[in-house]
Amino acid sequence: MFPILSKRALNEAATVYEFRIRAPLAAAHCRAGQFVIIQLDEQGERIPLTVAACDAAEGSVTVMVQAAGFTTRLLCGMEAGDELFAVAGPLGRATELKNGGNIAVVGGGVGCAIAWPVARAFRDAGCHVDLIAGFRSRDIVMLEEEMRRDSSEFFLCTDDGSYGEKCFGNAKLEALIREGRRYDEVFIVGPPIMMKFTSLTTRPYGIYTVASLCPVMIDGSGMCGGCRVTVGGETRFACVDGPDFDAHQVDWDELIARCGFYADEEAEAREHNCRMTGGVRHG
Amino acid sequence: MAENRKRVPMAERPAAERARSFEEVALGYTAEEARQEAERCLHCKKRPCTGGCPVGVPIPEFVGKVAEGDFAAAYELVRRANALPAVCGRVCPQENQCEGQCVRGNKGESVAIGRLERFVADWAAEQGLTAGEKAAPNGHRVAVVGSGPAGLSCAGELCALGYSVTVFELLHKVGGVLSYGIPEFRLPKSIVEREATQLAAGGVEFVTNAVVGSSVTVDELLDEYEAVFLGSGAGLPNFLGIPGENLLGVYSANEYLTRINLMKAYRSDYDTPVKHHRRVAVVGGGNVAMDAARCALRLGAEEVSIVYRRGMEELPARREEVEHAMAEGIRFRLLSNPVEVLGDEKGRVRALRCAQMTYGESDESGRRSVHPVEGSEFLLEADAMIDALGTNPNPLLRSTTEGLDADRRGRILTDGELATSREGVFAGGDAVTGAATVILAMGAGKKAAHSIHRYIQSKQ
Repeated sequence: MFPILSKRALNEAATVYEFRIRAPLAAAHCRAGQFVIIQLDEQGERIPLTVAACDAAEGSVTVMVQAAGFTTRLLCGMEAGDELFAVAGPLGRATELKNGGNIAVVGGGVGCAIAWPVARAFRDAGCHVDLIAGFRSRDIVMLEEEMRRDSSEFFLCTDDGSYGEKCFGNAKLEALIREGRRYDEVFIVGPPIMMKFTSLTTRPYGIYTVASLCPVMIDGSGMCGGCRVTVGGETRFACVDGPDFDAHQVDWDELIARCGFYADEEAEAREHNCRMTGGVRHG
Repeated sequence: MAENRKRVPMAERPAAERARSFEEVALGYTAEEARQEAERCLHCKKRPCTGGCPVGVPIPEFVGKVAEGDFAAAYELVRRANALPAVCGRVCPQENQCEGQCVRGNKGESVAIGRLERFVADWAAEQGLTAGEKAAPNGHRVAVVGSGPAGLSCAGELCALGYSVTVFELLHKVGGVLSYGIPEFRLPKSIVEREATQLAAGGVEFVTNAVVGSSVTVDELLDEYEAVFLGSGAGLPNFLGIPGENLLGVYSANEYLTRINLMKAYRSDYDTPVKHHRRVAVVGGGNVAMDAARCALRLGAEEVSIVYRRGMEELPARREEVEHAMAEGIRFRLLSNPVEVLGDEKGRVRALRCAQMTYGESDESGRRSVHPVEGSEFLLEADAMIDALGTNPNPLLRSTTEGLDADRRGRILTDGELATSREGVFAGGDAVTGAATVILAMGAGKKAAHSIHRYIQSKQ
C-alpha cells in the first residue's frame, strides 16, 4: 500500500490538492514530465497523474490533483494517513531539456502543476524561463509563490481579471512575442482546448512548441493503446512516446473528442456514487 | 470398441445462458468421467503426446494414474512438470500439441489430455493439496521480470531448485495476460490467483507496481541478483493503419479486454468504465479475437462479427474457442478485410468499409496469399471496432538496458540457452518470440530456469 504522507489545498476554492505519497519505486528515478498511474483501491480505475516533485531519499512522489472526474474527486476526499492501493511509475518520457536559451512555459489551470516543475527544470538546466500562468479566476490560482520563485519572469493572468492581468495565457504569450521576446521553445500544458489555442498562437511565429498531453489510459506502459494521439499524421501512444509532443503536429480536435469519450459514464458513476453512498466509497 | 473412438464429452453451460454471463463456459469432468476418459489411453510405446508438450508433462503416466483413480499421484506428476496445470488444462491449444500427436486421433478422437489435466488440477485444489515440500534454499537470488506465463513458470522452476526468486510486475495484479487478457468465462481469475498463491507459498516473492526499466533498471537488478529473467511479454498492440482508426469506438483488443478482465468494468462495484456497444466488429482470427467478440456479446451487444481476412480453416484460434463463439451466435465474416472506418458527425464509429478477399498464389511457406477482389467493397454497420491483430514487445526494457540486443520488431535476441547479449540476463516467452501461446511461454520460462541454474553453478 502507498500511504499519503501529507495533503494541502493549493487554492482558495480548494479545487486542487497536493498529495505527497510514499512510493519508493516510483520516486527513485523520476524526472520532470513523467507520470505515475494511481489506483485508489482494488475496485478503482487506473488514472495517470503527472509527478510535480519527487524525493528519492524519502521515497515519495508529489502529485497535484483537481477534483474533476470520478476518481480524482474520491482522491481529493482522502487525507494524510490514508493509503492508495497502487502507485506505479515513473512512466512516459521525461521532458527534453535545453541547456541554455529562452523558454516560455504556459500553464493553464491545474496544468500549472506540471508547468511549475518543468519551468524549474529548464531554469536549473540554465535557461531563461518566462512562465505564464493562466486561471479562470482568483479563487483557483495555485502555486503562485513557487512559480514566481522558480522562473526567470512570472506572468499571472485570469480570464475574468479578478487577479493579475485580465487575459488568456495565449494572449499574454503573443503580447510578449510581439514585444520582441525571442523564444527557442514554448512548452504548454493545460486543458486540451487551451493547448490547442496556444499552439495556434505560436504557429505563425514558427516557434518550436511542445505540449504535455494526458489522454485516457489504463496501464500507462503501451499496452492498451487507449491514449493514442495523431501527431504529424502518425498514431503515437502518449504513455510511451510522450506525454510531450510537438504541439503543431498534434491533431487537437481528435484528442479533445477522445478525452471526452467516457463523459457520460463519468457523470453516471458520480451520480450513482452520491446517490447510493452519499459519496462514501464502497459502503 | 467403436464407442471408444469418441471422447467423453465435457459439460458446458448452455450457449444461450452463457452468452450473457461471465461464468465459466466449460464445466470440467466429474471424477467418473475423468476415469472413463483416461481409460481411453492406449499407453502406446512411442508416447508421441509427450513430444508435443512444451513443458514435458509425463502424459501417459499421469493419465494412467487418473484411470486408476489415484488423482493425488496424477497431480504430483503434472505439477512437477507444469507450474500452472489448472491454467494449461483450460487454455492450451491441445489439438496442436499433445492431443494432436495422440495415436487415438488416427481413428477417432484423441484422448482429451487437456480436460484430464484440468480435472487433476481442480481436484487437487478442492482437496486443498499444495505443492510438496519446499526445496532447501541454496542461497542464490534471481529476479524475474513479468508475472505472466513465462515469468511464473521460470519462478516456479527456480524456486523448486532452491533459489530465492523475486518477480517484478508492472500492473497491480500478477498473471500478465492470464489476468488482463483471457476472460473470466474461459479462465476464472480465481484460478490464476490460486496458482500465484501456490507459488508464493512455495517461496516466490511478488513485487507489483514495479516498472522494470523505469522504477528499477535491469542493471540495478543485477547488482542485487545473480541473474535476471526477462518475461515481459508482448504488450504493444498492432493496429491496421487504415483511415478512421482513432475514431471513438475503435479499441485494441488489449484495451477492451483489460477494461473487462483486469479492471472488471462489467461489474457495477468496479469504477473503470466500458461502453456497451450494439454492433461490434472484431478484426482478427486468433484466440484474442474470439475472447473480445465473446466479451462484447456478454456486455449486451446485439450483433458481434469476427472479420478475418482469410478462411475458416485458417483461423488461428483454438478450435474449441471458435466452436464456442459460433454456438453463442458470433457471426463470422471471413475473407473480409476492413479498409476504412467511417464515423458520424460526433466522431464515433458508424461502419467499416470492408473488401472481400480472395486467394492468390502460395508463398514460400506454402500459405496462400489473399488479395482484395476489385469492386467488392461493402459496408459493415458497427458502432465499435476491436483490433485483435497481434502484439509486439514493449520497448521499455531494451531502451533502458545497454547492450541488450533485439531484432527490428523489438524481440529480444537470445541463444539456444535463452541467454541474451547481456551476461546474466536471460529471456523467454512473447518478449523473445512475439505474440504466441501461454504454453510456449511457459516452456521457455522453464527452459530458462535451467539455463540460469547452470549459469549460476558455473560461476561457483
